[in-house]
Amino acid sequence: MATGPFLRLPAREGAGTARAGLDSADINARRIIKTVLNRLVPMNRFLPLLMVALMLALLAMMRPAHAQDLAAALAGLADSDPRPAITALTASDDEKAKAALAALAQGNLYLRLADNAVVIGEKDGEMVVVTNAATGDIEDMARPDELQPITLSEDARALLGDAGAAAQGGGPLDFAGAVAALKADNFADKARAIDAFTVLADPRAIPVFQALADGRLFVRKSDGAVVIGNASGNDVALTDAVSQEKAGIVAPAALDVIFVNNNLRNVLREAVGRLGLASPDPAQRRAAANALLDAATPDTVALLREAFAKESNGAAKSAMALSLAAVELADADKTRRLLAIQVLSGSSDLRVRALLQARLSQESEPDVKAALDAAFDRLQFKLQLYGYAENLVQGISLGSVLLLAAVGLAITFGVMGIINMAHGEMIMLGAYSAYVTQEVFRAFLPPSWIGAYLIAALPVAFLVAAAIGIALERGVIRFLYGRPLETMLATWGISLILQQTVRAIFGAPNKEVANPEWMTGALELAGGFAITWNRIYIIIFCFAVLGLIVLILRRTSFGLHMRAVTQNRAMADVMGIPTARVDALTFGLGSGIAGMAGVALSQIGNVSPNLGTIYIVDSFLVVVFGGVGNLMGTLVGALTLGVVNKLLEPVAGAVLGKVVVLVCIILFIQKRPRGLFAAKGRSADA
Amino acid sequence: MLDKTGHDDLKLLARPKPLLDRRGWAAFLAIGFVLIVLVPLFNLAPATGSALHLPGYLIPLLGKYACYAILALSLDLVWGYAGILSLGHGAFFALGGYAMGMYLMRQIGTRGVYGHPELPDFMVFLNWKELPWYWHGFDSFPFALLMVFLVPGLLALVLGWFAFRSRVTGVYISIVTQAMTFALLLAFFRNDMGFGGNNGLTDFKDILGFPVQAPETRIGLYVASVLSLGLCFLLCRFVTRSKLGRVLLAVRDAESRVRFLGYSPTSAKLFAFVLSALLAGLAGALYVPQVGIINPSEFSPANSIEVAIWVAVGGRGTLYGAILGGVLINLVKTWLTGAAPELWLFVLGALFVASTLLFPKGIVGLVGQWQAWRAERRSYQSATPAEKAAE
Repeated sequence: MATGPFLRLPAREGAGTARAGLDSADINARRIIKTVLNRLVPMNRFLPLLMVALMLALLAMMRPAHAQDLAAALAGLADSDPRPAITALTASDDEKAKAALAALAQGNLYLRLADNAVVIGEKDGEMVVVTNAATGDIEDMARPDELQPITLSEDARALLGDAGAAAQGGGPLDFAGAVAALKADNFADKARAIDAFTVLADPRAIPVFQALADGRLFVRKSDGAVVIGNASGNDVALTDAVSQEKAGIVAPAALDVIFVNNNLRNVLREAVGRLGLASPDPAQRRAAANALLDAATPDTVALLREAFAKESNGAAKSAMALSLAAVELADADKTRRLLAIQVLSGSSDLRVRALLQARLSQESEPDVKAALDAAFDRLQFKLQLYGYAENLVQGISLGSVLLLAAVGLAITFGVMGIINMAHGEMIMLGAYSAYVTQEVFRAFLPPSWIGAYLIAALPVAFLVAAAIGIALERGVIRFLYGRPLETMLATWGISLILQQTVRAIFGAPNKEVANPEWMTGALELAGGFAITWNRIYIIIFCFAVLGLIVLILRRTSFGLHMRAVTQNRAMADVMGIPTARVDALTFGLGSGIAGMAGVALSQIGNVSPNLGTIYIVDSFLVVVFGGVGNLMGTLVGALTLGVVNKLLEPVAGAVLGKVVVLVCIILFIQKRPRGLFAAKGRSADA
Repeated sequence: MLDKTGHDDLKLLARPKPLLDRRGWAAFLAIGFVLIVLVPLFNLAPATGSALHLPGYLIPLLGKYACYAILALSLDLVWGYAGILSLGHGAFFALGGYAMGMYLMRQIGTRGVYGHPELPDFMVFLNWKELPWYWHGFDSFPFALLMVFLVPGLLALVLGWFAFRSRVTGVYISIVTQAMTFALLLAFFRNDMGFGGNNGLTDFKDILGFPVQAPETRIGLYVASVLSLGLCFLLCRFVTRSKLGRVLLAVRDAESRVRFLGYSPTSAKLFAFVLSALLAGLAGALYVPQVGIINPSEFSPANSIEVAIWVAVGGRGTLYGAILGGVLINLVKTWLTGAAPELWLFVLGALFVASTLLFPKGIVGLVGQWQAWRAERRSYQSATPAEKAAE
């Protein structure tokens, strides 16, 4: 009766065959050593924890090395011969080095007598606001007699002059000057500064103007630099206005906004149009034409006509046609008005709707009015449709993020019946792995490679999270099998420890993980309806991961073992499946996937130590909603939750929408305690 | 079961046991005497600066610990006895607190920043014209007190009825309760809810006509908290010693079997859950006037899960273990968040892991373990001469 299948099970390492080769004395000696060791140090308990500690220590040491170089170079400025230090700082492309050089040129660089640190000082009444030049942090207020100014000899100053020019890249020094002039106190001076730009005709002015018009142009309090800000969570991601390079993330309190009034705003919009229409880049010409849609003046209309005649790029040309049509909507000639309405009705821009509405109240001719009405209705319908489509896409994108976060949980929960409260922290560790990978790429590899860091971050995140997950399973969770409530509490404790450790290593503020070039921008499907590339990539990535998991579960022997253990642990054990190892690997797999989810999340949000807690409740709901240990259920659950959340948002508001979803799920669990796709038959009791 | 001996056994089981034995009563009364009589006495009688003087700031602190202890007690009742690990007990606590906070808000009267006779400051700030309907009646203390019990109790009744009826158990009930407190957290953060949004309710002036900040009021509140703790302990003790308590224990250990034997686990669990929510609500109501603020962060799931660790560290299913855990951990928390705030989360995390892994029966269980170990040793020592004699 016991034929084939039982005997043909593959021999596992450590199983009988390997051990049979040893003689009994050897085994005895080993056993004794092992017992003694175990008595001395219960290694099997502490080794995994030790591994975690080592790994975290490694992470801590991987801070970028160039920070030290900067400190050394800065210290060199205070030497009797500061020239080598100046040269070193000039060569550096660090923002802080530039800030230090600028301060040096203005005589604002000091040596703090208390600790010989090189600091940037800014007079603030009697006191001086001290910024550490090496870290860029504002440290303290100091009395002037606590600081010794760093002065330069003539030749060193000459070197600095060269350095300044080199850093600016020669010519566009004027551009930097014009940007600095925007800091003026009154609107008249600001208008003059804006005029200066139009003379320069530098295309770099376009983003600056746009930011200024939107109230996103700031003065950084620490060094007075003019920066463009983009909201990034609660913080602001900065781009230097002059160099147009990324300049880190700061809290809003560190910035002063440069105000403009409506008058200036119109001037700016027109200037953007003017500058952009002459740009050699078709995308910029198109954006400029778009900006002129509701801000055209007689001057720019002429420009627009001229540009329209010359334009060869299709998209740019149609944008210009649209803007011209917006002007001609008020034309005296009735046929031109009708033509303009026809052109405009093809658009799907909110501003066009406003234009049409405004015209509707002024129009006297009945047939034009009818055409306006029809165009307005058509536009309204289209916009509504786009609104729904956009919500749907956002919902799917949120759903796929939830899916990524929850799928690892579904695996561990399904196979081992474990509620892993530290799952969110695995996501967080994955996101920090992405951050560290990015920093390593920035520090050690040529800049052209930076776009590839994300690809490298995926396996790194998987391995880091999986290793910590396995350590967790071996070190803590395996002692708690059969006690799900205690497991929940223990893993919660571990999540607190992991969070606090990350906070201790990387600091509490958010870290910026940049989108690689190929993930920025958006795919425009129709006018006014666009999906950002990072969302698209995340959706694709999420389904790729899901496919991979299905493959692992269905096609590998590990997957087979996993399914066997899920269905009947005792029987699987009897059949020779190493259930303990399957448990550890399953946990590793689940955690590793969470780590990869963290990499994905780092692309659409901030990376902070409590990243995981944001997603953990949602992930649980997905798993509970979809049914435990069922990938299909997780998929459906995640997408449903994502889409419902996003569709409710415009109706009920973000918070109330979420509350409604939560209440619905609580009610749903009452109705179907085992989820949407409950396991049926015998395995349901397990 | 039906034969004579079995019947006697059942009778023996059904006979009500005394609430506490003589040593228990002695300890209970002694601790009560120290906390209720000696602590206020040492605060009031010796002159400030004398070695015996108990500083005034300690009084609300001890009162706060008493409230935490009531909360821990309420969780122990459902977790230790009925096996329901609620991760949303902070919600009942906070709801009781909000009910009391609303009463205290109405007592401010015209002394608010805007001096409006009826509307609390934040409503004036939000440009509301009249009091929302659910704020009516909170100017009367008996009504507020009723709400302190009614609101958490009703929520527990509805949630418990739904959950236990459809046999949601184990980790599922934990997640449901956690989702509940999370939903309430989000809801109370909204300004439109009319509970002060992010800032919650604060700037209280009077309670029952006495100024909240006055040392005498604080002593009064402290004594009330300690008295409530004592009464709640006796109540829980009574419930767990009763027949119902035995059914609860049986439900915890083998729910299906209890059902097959003809008891209704649903109603037993529902009773324990609602009673526990009432106690948690009371704890919240006593807590708010002593700390002077209630805001939505009390609803955060992390707070509720922390309560579970108080109970786990103290020792589940003992009642006094929960009280011990609640007070001890909060003592450590008060001290550590002052001395080394960055360490506190490490300690808390380690406590979670250690209490589940190393001493699953909590501090109380450790004493038991040590006693068992000593008894074993003693029996071994006393057995040795006999064995020798046998040889």
